[in-house]
Amino acid sequence: MTSDNTLRRLQRADDLDAMKAKVLPRIAIRKDPKAPIYEGVTHHVMICCDTGCTSSGSRKIVEAFENDLKAKGLDKSVEVVVIGCHGFCEMGPLIVIYPDDVYYVHLSPDNIPQIVDETIKGGKVVEDFLYKEAETLRPIVHYKEIEFYAKQKRILLTNCGHINPEDVTEYIANDGYKGLAKALSMKDNTDALLEEVKTSGLRGRGGGGFPTGRKWELCRNAPGDKKYIICNADEGDPGAFMDRSLMEGDPHRLVEGMIIGALIIGADEGYIYCRAEYPLAIRRLRLAISQAETLGLLGDDILGSGWSFHLHIKEGAGAFVCGEETALIHSIEGKRGMPTARPPFPAISGLWGKPTNNNNVETWANIPGIIRNGGAWYASFGTEKSKGTKVFALTGKVNNTGLAEVPMGMTMREIIFNIAGGIQNGKKFKAVQIGGPSGGCLPDSMIDRPVDYDSLIEAGAMMGSGGLVVVDEDTCMVDLARFFLSFTRDESCGKCTPCREGSTRMLNILTNITQGKGKPGDIELLEELARNIKLSALCGLGQTCPNPILSTIRYFRHEYEEHIFHKKCPAGQCVDLLTYWIDSEKCVGCGSCKKICPVSAIDGEKKEPHVIDINKCIKCGSCIEACKKYKAIFKK
Amino acid sequence: MGSSSQSVQAVDLSQLDAVFAKYADMANGSLIPVLQAAQDTYGYLPLKALETIARKLQIPISQIYGVVTFYAQFRLVPRGKHVIRSCQGTACHVRNSARILESLKSTLGVAPGGTTEDLKFTLETVACIGACSLAPVMMIDTDAHGRLRPDRIPKILDSYSN
Repeated sequence: MTSDNTLRRLQRADDLDAMKAKVLPRIAIRKDPKAPIYEGVTHHVMICCDTGCTSSGSRKIVEAFENDLKAKGLDKSVEVVVIGCHGFCEMGPLIVIYPDDVYYVHLSPDNIPQIVDETIKGGKVVEDFLYKEAETLRPIVHYKEIEFYAKQKRILLTNCGHINPEDVTEYIANDGYKGLAKALSMKDNTDALLEEVKTSGLRGRGGGGFPTGRKWELCRNAPGDKKYIICNADEGDPGAFMDRSLMEGDPHRLVEGMIIGALIIGADEGYIYCRAEYPLAIRRLRLAISQAETLGLLGDDILGSGWSFHLHIKEGAGAFVCGEETALIHSIEGKRGMPTARPPFPAISGLWGKPTNNNNVETWANIPGIIRNGGAWYASFGTEKSKGTKVFALTGKVNNTGLAEVPMGMTMREIIFNIAGGIQNGKKFKAVQIGGPSGGCLPDSMIDRPVDYDSLIEAGAMMGSGGLVVVDEDTCMVDLARFFLSFTRDESCGKCTPCREGSTRMLNILTNITQGKGKPGDIELLEELARNIKLSALCGLGQTCPNPILSTIRYFRHEYEEHIFHKKCPAGQCVDLLTYWIDSEKCVGCGSCKKICPVSAIDGEKKEPHVIDINKCIKCGSCIEACKKYKAIFKK
Repeated sequence: MGSSSQSVQAVDLSQLDAVFAKYADMANGSLIPVLQAAQDTYGYLPLKALETIARKLQIPISQIYGVVTFYAQFRLVPRGKHVIRSCQGTACHVRNSARILESLKSTLGVAPGGTTEDLKFTLETVACIGACSLAPVMMIDTDAHGRLRPDRIPKILDSYSN
């Protein structure tokens, strides 16, 4: 590992190549099992310590490896590498051992000595720790053969989970900052660079999907000597974590993308606005910025070119509306993060009144690859109008939760049933919510269409940042809409009436429906309110907040009607419309429900059928879980 | 009362000097970073500290109050030693985070926003912490706990009891 104080300033682009050549032999065994041993290091153990895996206990795995290797005198010959998100969060803690490329999942610290003895010392694979294919239970040694990974196309996440994100030299060894070097060599012809971005067809990955090249051109052509660029890393959309994973797993890619963008746009200062809920991402970005500055890749006189660019981090303070660019700009200025009407667009008058270009993390991070390999290369992936790849966060009731990068145009069915492995516990797929609180849901009949910006809008959803929350037959769609509305109501900044009052009114109606107090005409009223709010709200938050309602009414109108007209929740989720019962035929009187009931609502003699006192029952569902063996308790 | 930093009576304003020194060269937009650093120092934003910040940054205290109350991160009352943030994001919601929150409420005996009497825990909700693949999740201070089940909550809280 290279410590920061050994980093020396690079004077020109050639120095980058020299550094790459120097570092490559050290990490060669990760790519080529036959690569020569470098300085006696025979193995690399890559341990995912992304926020997800960390909460599964991966830090203890790192510790266990370090201790065991030391005790066995192997600490000099085995390198333990802490990596960012490897993608398959469901399987954490997970590791990859090179050069044999062995992939172990669901580890606990006491497994480690066995792995060191058998796999590292003995060269044998321990089958117990391998991933097992869902249906066949066939163990798989190499992760690339697992369907979750095999179906993906990783051109953006290529380093994520494969390099040490805190070591800039590993990024450079993987062609890092090569795009910057190329851009600097063309710095007197930035028109050609902008043309590459336009050719790539890249569209804003934050949700709207505005063509990035055209957006940059607006700011670039705006009059003014001082210009800013901003990275929106305020990933507030619940259910999305691709930006966090990118920042934690490959922070230099974002930094490089922003430096190149600044050169093309003509900015000399930039900000990364990152939410404070992502402490690890902030720490990694700070480190990346300081390493890039030390190497002369950022700051004054970058790579001896005479051109300078400075990058700062601003921590968000918790406000979803700051994902809206004018609100975000006010927040950086130290004010309340409230949106203002456009025009003037930030490209003309943005941060402190200067021309400003704002893109999200995934958009910026795509730039180094586009400049290095050319816009045509990027445009070779994807569909006619949506180029490249998209990273999706797979969550909800699917078997394989995690992060997946796929070419635009893959069908949602492939993403959910092949990559995400289908629905948990053999339940039935009901819908997928895409685009968070601003997006919409797609039912089974709509998931065979290719996923791109335009097809999603047609279907009443939107790409958003790419969070996919999959729900099964047990999720009530009215309650899901209510959930999103309660989120937008809380996050509405209150500046404009349609959003402030409208979201509250819609939430009240939805809450009434889920409580059995819905009235005929409620659906029509919701539709009318939704249409008006879409047209009249000031910013994106308000304009899109009706989307979850409109799409659930469009595809699941019958569920609304069941709630309103029959006071029933078909999914069995709205507690006010449910009663818990014990089937006396099935109940054996084991007493486990009686024991777990927090309000003592269950009574019955041993070995006799029990009964629930519905006046006492709080419908918490604990008894159903306690009765998994006999399945005697049901709700209706 | 807990440690002195939690006590409303004893706010050591000299601790703010380090904060001001750190952000001295940031002419513009330093209010939010200064408030964040001040909150890190005191655990919350005492009125006395806000008055000092207003004088130092030459910003009316009314405006500072507006900023403080706008963002979810800032608080004007002391918090417990450990802050629990129960995630209520979409992925957690569909995996029954409501029951996790119920369990936290009944174990701690406080509602979201509340602090236990012994000033040990503050319970909050959060819209998303980005660990959606392990839903339902909560954060205690900076540790994320995933794949939660209501019955496991008391044991997790116990591990923070000192």
